[in-house]
Amino acid sequence: MATLEIKDLHVEIEGKEILKGVDLTINTNEIHAIMGPNGTGKSTLAQAIMGHPKYVVTSGTITLDGEDVLEMEVDERARAGIFLGMQYPSEITGVTNADFLRSAINAKREEGDEISLMKFIRELDSKMEILEMDEDMATRYLNEGFSGGEKKRNEILQLTMLKPKFAVLDEIDSGLDIDALKIVSKGINEMRGEDFGCLIITHYQRLLDYITPDTVHVMMQGKVVKSGGAELAHKLEEQGYDWIKEELGIEDETVGLEV
Amino acid sequence: MTVETKMALTEQDVRSYSAKMNEADWMADFRADALAKAEQLPMPKPDKTKIDKWNFTEFPVHAVESASYSSLDELSEEARALVDKDQQNSIYIQHNNTPAYLSLSEELKAKGVIMTDIFTASREHSDLVKKYFMTDGVKVDEHKLTALHAALMNGGVFVYVPKNVVVEEPIQVLFLHDDEQASLFNHVLIVAEANSSVTYVENYLSTVEESKGLANIVSEVFTGDNAQITYGAVDVLAKGFTTYVNRRGVAGRDSRIDWALGLMNDSDTISESITHLVGNGSHCDMKTVVVGRGKQRQNFTTEIVHWGMDTEGFILKHGVVKEESTCIFNGIGRIAKGATRSNAVQESRVLMLSEKARGDANPILLIDEDDVTAGHAASVGRVDPMQLFYLMSRGISQHEAERLVIHGFLAPVVSKLPIEGVKKQLTEVIERKVR
Ligand SMILES: Nc1ncnc2c1ncn2[C@@H]1O[C@H](COP(=O)(O)OP(=O)(O)O)[C@@H](O)[C@H]1O
Ligand SMILES: [Mg+2]
Repeated sequence: MATLEIKDLHVEIEGKEILKGVDLTINTNEIHAIMGPNGTGKSTLAQAIMGHPKYVVTSGTITLDGEDVLEMEVDERARAGIFLGMQYPSEITGVTNADFLRSAINAKREEGDEISLMKFIRELDSKMEILEMDEDMATRYLNEGFSGGEKKRNEILQLTMLKPKFAVLDEIDSGLDIDALKIVSKGINEMRGEDFGCLIITHYQRLLDYITPDTVHVMMQGKVVKSGGAELAHKLEEQGYDWIKEELGIEDETVGLEV
Repeated sequence: MTVETKMALTEQDVRSYSAKMNEADWMADFRADALAKAEQLPMPKPDKTKIDKWNFTEFPVHAVESASYSSLDELSEEARALVDKDQQNSIYIQHNNTPAYLSLSEELKAKGVIMTDIFTASREHSDLVKKYFMTDGVKVDEHKLTALHAALMNGGVFVYVPKNVVVEEPIQVLFLHDDEQASLFNHVLIVAEANSSVTYVENYLSTVEESKGLANIVSEVFTGDNAQITYGAVDVLAKGFTTYVNRRGVAGRDSRIDWALGLMNDSDTISESITHLVGNGSHCDMKTVVVGRGKQRQNFTTEIVHWGMDTEGFILKHGVVKEESTCIFNGIGRIAKGATRSNAVQESRVLMLSEKARGDANPILLIDEDDVTAGHAASVGRVDPMQLFYLMSRGISQHEAERLVIHGFLAPVVSKLPIEGVKKQLTEVIERKVR
């Protein structure tokens, strides 16, 4: 079992504190969901875990099996087993999806132990089939000209090819129609198991109809304010966030609203 | 004001060189006349680059003698890597200034295709060469360097494709440079008559550490009606050269000239590529990639001139500038009066890899006709940190991520080169230059 542990995490963007003490522990074989209104710091948490240079951790810790993640460069975090499915993946011209994926797989392996081309192609074909992606997506330039839905699928393709220990998926469901949502969920469910833990960020319950989370967290004002089982997501869907605000005496759900 | 420059060589020198190379008599006169002009004519004025302190006129020797090759096996390893020995039936190799190897398939010979060194061509195909050599393409008296080129030409090749002949396999030409004393005044002349087509790929490969010579290179390319020429080039001239390279196209009716140029010199370079779309319905696609490094200063002008109606010109330039190098990219789309319904499009992208590097993209549209379409896009920027973050978030190191982004940036041209070995070489040169 592996553990990703976040303790009292404070994060700033451009001098503004967004996360104000987040605590979260995820083990492999667990799926966690984070829900919460827009602008409460969910993406900030995701980017801070991956090490985006704009997001500055001012205090707190992130560890992976006791190893200090904050000390690691972005690529080292990835090689240690962390994956971020991004809300807005970059487009990279001239680099084919397949070449990029092979570079990423080989980056994790020792020199001389690179994945064989045959094995790579076989694996890529089978994953693309599961995700119902067109064959030409492998030879197209990375995310270039992909539709919103294609980009999301491509993030999941990378997830299933790279097989990280922990994945943070940031609004992987946004912009997907119901069929695409089912396919993406299928991809994520494929990963489920003893060697995989996942943090799903969403503000819709509907993704969680297909991927049942073990734990649901609610984020507001840069903190995890409530955690519960899958039923919490249903309650949020039916009743919104107001009851939590009332329960906790929160005035406004957005963080750091400047006056 | 005209500046008079005393030339290193005299009329007698160029005449005796012409005789030694066994050229046609008219060529000796042509050279002598050009030499006189060179002394009077002004230097060219590449936009945004001051070249008055550059040395374009002094060089150690006019021509060196180098070994020729009796088989491709005698080539250096680097040169051999460029040639697909089993498939490359038509190839010409020049070793410094010496015509060193020539092979043209029997089939092409039988169809009347000509490929030969420029000296022999002046004699054996005198009428053709006389008709096209520095007449309608690059003119002798454009400026000092064109005149100097005509006077001192010491290498080059003539390729001729008769009417209705389609040359399926690419023709390959290697200009190998391994003598630091050598200067390259090469002239490439390609003529594709009506309804013919040919793909020509040339490599400049310098394997000396530092050259002491000059490069003053001219290519002239002509398409007859409905003909097609695809011209690929990878220039890798060593540091130390002062390089002037002029590639000129003249396109006939409904014909097509496509360029894919990998301009990878390590020398200071003035490069000018102009194609004249003379015939109605003619078309030019001009793709270039450039990498500048060290303290290199380079100026690249790419221009398509629309004379005929319904002509189409596309210029695409991608440049990477690193360290303290300077690259100026002048892109010009010119539409003359009467060239109705023409379309001039250009795109310049410059990627800067260091604070001290300088990259300038200057798109220019000069339009003298109303009923046309034209457009340009230009950008100068740095490697996008979001792209790096994205790639690194998949475990790819920063260095490798940068490499991917840079190769990707140059890919639109690299992928267009018609010979696999040359494409591979360009990729490797880019790799070496951006590392
Ligand atoms: N680059 C940025 N610069 C300044 N503020 C930012 C930046 N990115 C996000 N923010 C702010 O940080 C807060 C949290 O954003 P985010 O983490 O994206 O929220 P969520 O994902 O929960 O919708 C918001 O108030 C947002 O405006
Ligand atoms: Mg978000």
